[in-house]
Formats: sequence, C-alpha cells, structure tokens
Amino acid sequence: MKKIFLLGSFLLVLAGCNDEKFLDKEPTNILNDAQVWQSPTLVLTVLADLYDRYPDLQSVEKWAEYANFDEAFASAASEYWRSRNSEYPYDWWNYWDYGLLRELNLFIQKCEASKLTEKSLFLAEARYLRASVYFELVKRMGGVPLILEPMEYNFSGDPTYLQHARAKESEIYDFVIAEMEAIKADLPAAASTKSRATKGLALATEARAALYAASIAKYGVNTPEVSLPGGEIGIPAALAAGYYQKALKAAEELIAGGQYALYLKKPTDLQDNFASLFTDKSNNPEVIFVKDFKLKSGKIQGWTLNNQPRSSAEEQQGGRINPSLNLVQSFEKLDNTFEPFATKDAGGNYLYFNNPLDLFANRDARLGGTVILPGSQFKAKTLDIWAGYMLADGSIITGDNFGARKVLPGKTTDDQVVGFDGPIDGLEYSAQTGFYVRKFMDPAVGSGQIGTQSDVWWVRYRYAEVLLNAAEAAFELGDKAKAAGYLNPVRRRAGFQTDLVAADITFDRLVHERKVELAFEGHLLWDMKRWRLAHVVWNGASTPLTTQPGKATETSTRMFGLWPYKVYAPGAATNGRWVFRQIIPANVTNPHRFRLGNYYSLISEEIRNNNPKIVKNPNQ
Amino acid sequence: MMKQTYLSACFLGLAALVSGCKFDNYAAPSSEFRGRIVYKGEPIGVEYNNVNFELWEPGWGKSGAINVAVNQDGSFSSVLFDGTYKLVIPPYQGPFKSLKNTETQSDTIPLAMRGSRTLDLEVLPYYMIRNAKFSGGEGKVGATCALEKIITDASGKAIERVSLYVSKTAFVDTRTSVASQTIEGKDLKDPSAVQLQVTIPALTPSQNYVFARIGVKVAGVEDLLLSPIEKITY
Repeated sequence: MKKIFLLGSFLLVLAGCNDEKFLDKEPTNILNDAQVWQSPTLVLTVLADLYDRYPDLQSVEKWAEYANFDEAFASAASEYWRSRNSEYPYDWWNYWDYGLLRELNLFIQKCEASKLTEKSLFLAEARYLRASVYFELVKRMGGVPLILEPMEYNFSGDPTYLQHARAKESEIYDFVIAEMEAIKADLPAAASTKSRATKGLALATEARAALYAASIAKYGVNTPEVSLPGGEIGIPAALAAGYYQKALKAAEELIAGGQYALYLKKPTDLQDNFASLFTDKSNNPEVIFVKDFKLKSGKIQGWTLNNQPRSSAEEQQGGRINPSLNLVQSFEKLDNTFEPFATKDAGGNYLYFNNPLDLFANRDARLGGTVILPGSQFKAKTLDIWAGYMLADGSIITGDNFGARKVLPGKTTDDQVVGFDGPIDGLEYSAQTGFYVRKFMDPAVGSGQIGTQSDVWWVRYRYAEVLLNAAEAAFELGDKAKAAGYLNPVRRRAGFQTDLVAADITFDRLVHERKVELAFEGHLLWDMKRWRLAHVVWNGASTPLTTQPGKATETSTRMFGLWPYKVYAPGAATNGRWVFRQIIPANVTNPHRFRLGNYYSLISEEIRNNNPKIVKNPNQ
Repeated sequence: MMKQTYLSACFLGLAALVSGCKFDNYAAPSSEFRGRIVYKGEPIGVEYNNVNFELWEPGWGKSGAINVAVNQDGSFSSVLFDGTYKLVIPPYQGPFKSLKNTETQSDTIPLAMRGSRTLDLEVLPYYMIRNAKFSGGEGKVGATCALEKIITDASGKAIERVSLYVSKTAFVDTRTSVASQTIEGKDLKDPSAVQLQVTIPALTPSQNYVFARIGVKVAGVEDLLLSPIEKITY
C-alpha cells in the first residue's frame, strides 16, 4: 500500500513538471522589458527612478553636510563632531556608483533598440543623466573608467576583460562637454520644464563642466603634487584657455536663447525677492533644473523642519544650521566695499544699536535672503535671538534654556534673560552663531511639522550661476569688461546701485561673488577644489576671524558667531539698546584642515583589489 | 528526567561554544616593530597623525597596506604577526625623500619579522633644523635655530616659511598652536641664524608653561619638518 502511494506521488510530481501552463505564469508584480518598452508612460517611470538617483553631496535633504566647511555650524548634538574634527578623512565625498551607470547604459541600449516615437527625448535624457554621473565622479574622484556600454560577464572564470583603467581627468570632462553638445538639440528648449533635462540644462551643465576643467588646468599649477603621471588627476595648463572658451560659449548660448531671466518678482523688497527665488515654484524664470517635491505624496523634504527658528517652531526642534559669521560678514556693503561688522569703536568701547538689524543695514540684499538675522522675521514672526542682558559694568546675565527667566539687579520679579532662539552655547537648535538659515526655507504653514514638511524644490542649476560662470570664463580669457557685464545684473538684483567696471574685476571678486550668491547651494567644496584654494583657506591653523572678507586666500578654518545682547542700565542712555560680541561656539574645538590628499577622494582598497588597473589617488 | 536531559544538552552546547573559540582563533600579534625616522642617526620631527608609512605582506588574496603612523618625535611602533613584509614610505609622506634600498634597488625595504625588532629608517630630508634653542620669559617665547639644506642638488627645494608654534599641550603644530610667528621664505635672510619670537596669549585655564616647537614648510612638500618639542615655563 505504502509503495503504491509513494510511486503515485512520484508520478504526480513528474506529471506536474510537464504542465507548462501551471508554472509558466506572468508575474503580477514586475514588468519585463518588452512590456515597458511599448509604453512611453512606463518608460518615463523607469526614467523617473534614474532621475531620482542623481547624486548630490549637499542638498535640502542633507542639511548636516553644510556644516563641514566654514559656511555654517551644526546646532545639533549629533553633528558637533563636524566642528570638532580637524582632518577630513581621505575617503570622504567618495562616489563610485557604477551600478547606476550600468542601469543608465542598459536604458540607453534598450532605448536605442526600441520603436517608440518619443525615443530621441528619452535617449537624450538618459545620456544627460549618465554624463552628470560622470561629472560627479570626476569632481570627486578624478578620472574614472569611462564605461559606455553595459558590460556582461561570460562566466569564464576570468573577469580581467571587464577591468578598465581610469581615463584621464580631462577625458571625462571632454566626454561631459561632448555629450551636452550632442544631446542639446533633442531636448526641449522651453524653460517651463524644471525637473527634467532641457536644452538650457545641457548648456548650463556644459558651461559648468568646462569651467571646472579650465580652472583645474589653470590653478592646478599651484599644487603640482596633486596630479598623477597618467593624467588621471590633473589637467595640463595648456588646455585652460580652450576650456574657458567652451564654458563661455555654452553660457552665452544659453543667455542668448532668452528662455531664462533673473528672478525679480518682488523688486521693492530684494531680500524677500532673493528668498522667494528658491521657494516660488510658479513660472520661476531663473530656475533651470531642480529635484522637485510634492506634499502628501510621500516625496517631501525636511529642510524647514530641521532649520526653522526655535522661537516659532512648529515642532520641538529646528534651528540646526547656523550660518557662520565668516559667511555673514562676507556680504558686501552697498557701496561695493568689504568690511567686517563694527561692534566696537576705535577706543574699544561697544557701539550701541537701537535695533539689532541696524548692524546689518546697508548690506547686500542677499544677506537677508540667505540668513535669518537677529531682529528679522520669518513666517511673519520676529526672531528672538539675543544672548542675554549686559549690565553697565560689562557683566552678563543670561540663562541656559530657551527664554530662561532670572531676576535682574534692582528688581523683584523675574524677566526673560535670553531669547527663545538662544543663542545658548552648546544648546542644540539654538542659534549658536547668532544666525539661522533662510535660503530654501518654506514660508508655508505646516512646513515645520513632521507630518507635513515641505515641497520646496532643491535647485541644482539656475540662471545666476550661468551668468557667474560666463563672467569667470570671460575674466580668465582677459575680457574684464565682459565679465563685469555678466556680474552686474546679478549684483543689481542684490541691491547694488553702482555697477562694477572692468578695472574692479579681480579673481578675488569672482570667488567672493560665488560665495555669497551660491551659499547653501552645494557649490562651495567644488569651487574651492577647482581653484586649488581648499588647502589654503582650510589650512588647519587656528587663526582669528579674518578682517578681509573679500580676500580669497584668507584662512577660515573655524566657524565664528556674533551674539547680540540687550543693555540693562536703568537710567542710562544706553538702556534697552543692543551691543554685539564676536564669539566662537564652544563646540568649534578644532580648525579644519584640508590636506592635499583630500582634493580627490580615496578609491577604496576593495575597488583597487578587484580591478588592479585602478591607480590610487595621490597624497593619501 | 526530560528536563535534565535538556539542561545537560544546553550545557554541552555552551561548553562547545566556549571551547570552540580556541580552535578557530589566531593568537594576537605579538612581535613589536619599533624605530625612528632618522637622518644620519638624528630623528626627524613631524606632525602627529600626519605621516605614515606602509607595510605590505605579500601572499594574501587581496592586498592592503598596514599603515604605521609616525609620532611627533619621529618614532613609530606597530605590533605585527611574524612574517616577511615590504616597507614603503610613500613619496608624498614626510618632509624627506626615501633612500634607495641596496637590497631591492628601489624604495622598498624588506622587513623580516621574527619576534620583536627595532629598526631606524634612514631617509634624506630636504632640510634639518639644527641647534633649536628656546627661551621663555615675560610672556614671550623666543627661539633660534639654523636650517641646514641637506638636498643641495637640482631636486632640492626652497623654504616656503619657518614658524614658531606655541601650544598648551605637548602636541604642537599648526592645528594646536595658540600663537605662532611665521617668517616667509623670501624674507628669510640668513637660514643659519633664524630668530623667532611670539607673545603667549592669555590661556584658560591659566598655566605657567607652554610647549614650543619650530616648523619648516618646504615648498612643494605638504608635510612640515619640525624640531623637538620643548616645555617652557614662564
């Protein structure tokens, strides 16, 4: 009986295998290539995923990365290490996403084979993304293997034919520039497309890439150690002029196209105008390429939640990014001159202000558009940034919690002795440098709530940067008048009445202009690297805050702050007025040091072991 | 009965776990490799956590270097397994050039570890700081020294700057200094008689001593050459 049963089951198993219909089912949770490539809508969903994996080092989704350099201090206990560490590890900022490149190559291969009528657009977009990934790779790692076909392993046991050596740094830049030229005609020219590739974006990327290559060629001579004999790192100085010309040509083609313009919807309030440039998503003429977000869709970002002023916060948190005084004092006065903030007179006595904002008056409008200053407003609420009361004898009464209360001398009841935004040294979310960030902050109600958050987009390319790129390229090619011509519209939008003339244009001017225009937009590290200024400015020396904010080579290794105090001197004329003190937060314990080995990130030993053709980056 | 069997099985399992460690673990490395980076027997001072050399042990599937850090006074130590290593000082490390090894005819130094050993690594520095003398008093630190150019042929390099660093702790260089004075290379009139002086700022908490050291930056070389550290009471 048992034997018959076993035999029967065995036969049943055999028969089951023959039933092809039973096992050969269409999967219901996955689409195969043939299904995807017959519908433009489905192809777009694949492309959307590829767009979503576009690499950013700093963005509105990665607030803490802004605290690595001298732009800002991280007012959050878990991020204090960023201002306590001295050395940047050699493998920081490394990037090696050949998985994404393979998927892009596969997409391109399949797109070329498909019969869709829209395929030229899809193809151009995928090629744009692939070139962008290579651009990111060359910025961080130098020359990398240039793989333009999806590679397949043949299971022979010998993978050496899949191992490719690194291309020259210049070859990767050449590739990016050539790809942008090749695809620009297939992309839509209208500026209304923001979150997908356009002709304007291709040109903007070309200009940026060519400018990076040009400045590495030109300023690389200052750091001859940062190079490899095979050219994987370093671009010959002779190529600089050619790249500058390409950068200028691409930027001018975009400018001449007339699709984009500087954002100027609020000409009466230029500070607010500059802040709105980043948050206004309807018919924004300046923005070229963004990562977009949408409320109630799951695709939201927490920049406003993380950085909202603590006094008006919609949650028990916020205030994480504190722009440094190093950045704040870099904003020029409206007469085109540089000056650190004067908090004391020549005799060493405090200067008194009726309103904390008075200290920041007559400065570049971008200051108020980038930074929330003491006494200014956010979401129609006045900030409460003040560090305490200063008595007539110079002593200070302050508290150690938001809005702490104490009894002032000569009084019997307690008063608030410190602002609800701080600054309180070492207290996270308080404005430990005396400032909060405003750029990208969403003025909408609910943007600071965990459950709502923000749909302000992350701007990756915008028109003002193209103008600055054009100005820099023109300057380096010796045409200072043209450089001034591109710089001045950007500066007029920032409130400057007097235009710069050709004689005013210097390298330091251009460095400074990018610093203040593009703060918190993820440019600082790449700019400092390509100018070979990073090891000069972040040189590891504990120097006081510079008094020459307009000078490009000034050391700036530690983040400083500026704290306002209310004067408490009943009966005296100074009572109730404001004084300022320059401080350094207690958690800024070490100066940053950018070593030569940081110019290009370490390629991990794992990668070098798997592919012995990969040479190591220098100085690590 | 059942419970006892179960318990004893548990104990058996535990015993197997505990004793198992003996079988599949290596003994910890125990051979100590120590020495100094020297020029003609004189140690070369460098910055802490900044200068490394590499030890490679060939014969393993994947290669990876053991990095050995050089201390401020030029000394180093590392605990290793016995074996045959190749020691390489990478060309961009330290204010010196590595010498050609007579055995390998390259910059690679063969290193056989059979128990602990001490080995001074002879290198060729661009400069040497001679007769560094420090003096303290009246809130100031003064220093004198002579800079001797060691590499005098075409591969020699100029001095970019000479600095005197003063620090609160025994770690003294650019990063930790509370005060420093720098003479740019072009302003250096007589390298054989360098004089430097800094004013010590107010220290919190206050202390009546500081540590001082002279550093030389050679043009085109990232790492500083530094003198011995001296504690100065003032």
